[in-house]
Amino acid sequence: MATLHTVNKSPFEKNSLASCLSHLQSGYAVLLFEDGVYGALRGTTIASQVEGAARSGRVYVLGEDFKARGLDEGKIIEGINVVDYAGFVDLAAECDRVQSWL
Amino acid sequence: MSEIKKFMYVNRKAPYGTVYALESLEVVLIGAAFDQNVSLAFLDDGVFQLLKGQDTKGIGMKNFSPTYSALGDYDVTQIYVERESLEERGLTLDDLLPLKYEDEDDDWAEKDSIRLVNREELAGLMEDQDVMLNF
Repeated sequence: MATLHTVNKSPFEKNSLASCLSHLQSGYAVLLFEDGVYGALRGTTIASQVEGAARSGRVYVLGEDFKARGLDEGKIIEGINVVDYAGFVDLAAECDRVQSWL
Repeated sequence: MSEIKKFMYVNRKAPYGTVYALESLEVVLIGAAFDQNVSLAFLDDGVFQLLKGQDTKGIGMKNFSPTYSALGDYDVTQIYVERESLEERGLTLDDLLPLKYEDEDDDWAEKDSIRLVNREELAGLMEDQDVMLNF
């Protein structure tokens, strides 16, 4: 039933994250990676769209991509969890399918 | 000797997710050998290129952000950052690398290369160029 949604595009450049968020069904997990990690930042023009989904505790950001870009972990939206590559694999394994929002 | 032209490199993409940021930097460094009037503009996701504290060990890619700090040594000293692009991303000037150059016309005084401009001012600067290179 549960789907892992992955987003790897900047939310300021494409609507992949916005479209993903508007298609979430119960049991969802969302993983932000590559340029998708910018969606995890507080205080941006798109943060309010992410905050609602993050309250479920099922939104994740890939720490390696976040660090690579010089982003501050203190500025991650509340409720978003940081995972590493092994955590990414665990999420993919525990969900029934993966949907990549390119 | 041909006349000096005004070149602006326009950077609108985040680093690492695509190769645009690195390619732009490479072209800027090559172009710096040609004694032209060069400026760089960072707007939209391009402002992310200049963030401090980039650490790419975890993703197996080269961290090219230290190269921005060397631009002053190549006489690339006009770096325009769009204020609105920073604000939309919850960023301020303090989040960016402190890029400096030594001004030979002012007893080699160390000065900031980054000039924060608003959208209107940047549009005006673009109008003033002879050549635009977009990344």
